[in-house]
Amino acid sequence: MSKRIRIRALIIVAVTIACILRFAGVPPSIEGLKKNIRLGLDLKGGTQLVLQVNVDDALKATTNQTIEALRAQMEKDSISVAQIVPTAVDTFEARGVDAAKDSDFRNMIEGTYSQEWEIVSSDSTAGKTYTVRMKMRTATELRSQAVDQALRTIENRVNALGVAEPVIQKRGGPGENEIIVQFPGLDDPEYVKGIIGKAAILELKLVQGTSFYSTRDAAIQQFGGILPANLEILESAKAEQGGSKVFWVVNKVAAVTGRDLKNASVSRDENGRPAVSFHLNAAGAQRFGDLTGANVGRLLAIVLDSQVVSAPRLNSRITDNGIITGGGAGFNPDEARDLALVLRSGALPASMTPLQEAVVGASLGADSIRHGLVASVVALGAVVAFVLFYYRASGINATVAMILNLVVLFGAMAYIGATLTLPGIAGVILTIGVGIDSNVLIFERIREELRAGKTAVSSVATSFSRVFVTLVDTHLAALISAIFLFWFGTGAIKGFAVTLVIGLVSNMFTAVFVSKTLFEIVLNRKERTDTLSI
Amino acid sequence: MVELFRGIKVDWLGKRKLFFAISIVLLGIGMASLLYKGEFRYGLDFKGGTVVTVKFAENVDAGAIRNVLPEASIQAIQTSEGSKFQIELGKAAENEDASVGRQTVTAALEKAFPGKFTVEGSESVSAKVGGDLRRGAVMATLWALIGILIYIALRFEWIYGAAAVFAVFHDTLVTLGFFSLFNYEINLTVIAALLTLVGYSVNDTIVVFDRVRENLKTRRRDDFEAILNDSINQTLSRTILTSGLTFLTVLALFIFGGEIINNFAFAMVVGIIVGTYSSVAVAAPLVLIYTNARKPKAMAVKQR
Repeated sequence: MSKRIRIRALIIVAVTIACILRFAGVPPSIEGLKKNIRLGLDLKGGTQLVLQVNVDDALKATTNQTIEALRAQMEKDSISVAQIVPTAVDTFEARGVDAAKDSDFRNMIEGTYSQEWEIVSSDSTAGKTYTVRMKMRTATELRSQAVDQALRTIENRVNALGVAEPVIQKRGGPGENEIIVQFPGLDDPEYVKGIIGKAAILELKLVQGTSFYSTRDAAIQQFGGILPANLEILESAKAEQGGSKVFWVVNKVAAVTGRDLKNASVSRDENGRPAVSFHLNAAGAQRFGDLTGANVGRLLAIVLDSQVVSAPRLNSRITDNGIITGGGAGFNPDEARDLALVLRSGALPASMTPLQEAVVGASLGADSIRHGLVASVVALGAVVAFVLFYYRASGINATVAMILNLVVLFGAMAYIGATLTLPGIAGVILTIGVGIDSNVLIFERIREELRAGKTAVSSVATSFSRVFVTLVDTHLAALISAIFLFWFGTGAIKGFAVTLVIGLVSNMFTAVFVSKTLFEIVLNRKERTDTLSI
Repeated sequence: MVELFRGIKVDWLGKRKLFFAISIVLLGIGMASLLYKGEFRYGLDFKGGTVVTVKFAENVDAGAIRNVLPEASIQAIQTSEGSKFQIELGKAAENEDASVGRQTVTAALEKAFPGKFTVEGSESVSAKVGGDLRRGAVMATLWALIGILIYIALRFEWIYGAAAVFAVFHDTLVTLGFFSLFNYEINLTVIAALLTLVGYSVNDTIVVFDRVRENLKTRRRDDFEAILNDSINQTLSRTILTSGLTFLTVLALFIFGGEIINNFAFAMVVGIIVGTYSSVAVAAPLVLIYTNARKPKAMAVKQR
């Protein structure tokens, strides 16, 4: 055997061993295989959710905060204004600005708020009315921050729940704001969905008055039919004693919010019922101390996602910790545990809409694996039987090349951590079919050259060099469509595209390099007998 | 030596009118079927809605389920014991939670058959997703075709690229026609199959064109039509063999691959046959027609 062939043979053996060890573990075993080849949810069972983050919520919240801050500042600088109202998620109107203080208002927006806001129009009917809009750059930033923060929050919550091997990723191009969440092995998603979908926006707001009202109208009547702009009416989270929900009038501006939380944990209230105690960070404690100190004797509403959970009386100044009780109805232990969890993991910056939900039971996944295996074995068997019959000894060459193709395919998939899905198995089967294509192309060419009277050695050499060009063309054309498939596809389809791409690349190696080396080894051994079984 | 095709001398290009007629009929049948039915049978991922797969330990009649879920379409699935059904609900309203459908189905069944069924799997897609996906699928296919057109045009001449892409486009349309005709469902995996076919069926065409290029170098004086015919005949055994082998593998997938992958496998089975046919019957004749149309002009230029 010449040195050149020996080196090539060594390379092939080394690649084979490396690939086998990569996907089947060291030493190779079924357990190793299970560990290294990651199965998609459609094969191992589990739940996949695609959630759309409604990023406009984040814009809306920022707009509202700005309106409140602006209102407070205008009051301080005694610039009178009839109304400040949001007109779109990123726009508000200040109506009836005092004409005398017109330039002060303008300076305020163009000074303090100029980073994020701009005046887009003004009109002078009935006092001055300004339309102020969030700058494009700020809006874009807020949107992408909202998705990032939602992602982190979901991650925190899922980790706290202890779901095994979750996948949480952003999905889609700019402007799509989608998050994909996968839970292997979980086939009842409702509970987890409840946890990750909860906005968990905590706000502590002072109550106006000394009690709740049984209807919204009754609450408004207390203020002569028109609610002052700095107040709002919120529903209770649960029904109170009377059996129906009640209404509280609270300050619009929250003194302390979930952002000021340092920690939250399950505890008990004075009656021994489940409750959630929380600790505030330094800034929050400062504000909380000021608020509670100045309002001893009043009620403080604990508001979660715009619903009043409870409204305890402030008996003394409190600084850095507090307790949330379940109000009249009380929490059950699970509620308290879940609330502590969502508070700890932080609030979602925006609501989320599930766009897709797929649940694959373990038995359905096992069915798919079985079907995929049977189809693969039948396909492989049929192809091997045919090439052995049609090409005789050279059929062994093709078979070895094809099996090596699969070995390299699985090795590469394990190496890049690709996921094997059901369409991916279809991709493997196609790789068998398309892989043998290259061998047939070469073998038919060799036969043609032999018929033309060339020797076996020169036939093999000519065929490989001629066919190589064709193979590059066909493989590149197939790669082009596989890459567009990868670009377009999601989830399982991407898995298919990945197998296809790797299969194509490894096929170039096996059909050309491996197959040619095998021929050369055979021809070399035969020395003078210039025949080839093909 | 076992040989299936040796010394074949078929005048393929002489039959080009017959081939065009066959292609037009194939396309026409698909088109007629689509016009008659109005729309493809789209899968869940394209139209939105919910499919829940439910298994009952004992035999249950589909009618009994229909009684409690009158709005659902119910399909029985073969199973060795008990009964298994796919229960499909139409799409949820715009912006509605995708999981509402699953809850509707399980709640209704829980009432009628408490504890007697298990939910094997479910899939819900909100109405919003489908439209985006359909556009994406069309765009991906078009871009793949353009990519291949450019590649072949660079490697050969532009007419070869155009002919190859036209043939592949023809394959895609014929395959889609078969989907309409046999009422197979078009879902995401089918789009994957179509894009794979784009890559695969252009292979056969490239192999023929490659041989044409090679023959053109050695037989400069020969008639172009004869060279084309010979190139097809020389590569025919390879074309039939490889298509046959790939066909075998996707046939295994079609028969043994199970319910979920069935639409994908159907696309591949149809596509491989059509793709093989079109590289001989569509791509090569197109190149010939173009070359013949240009020839008199080229001579006229020379004479001047």
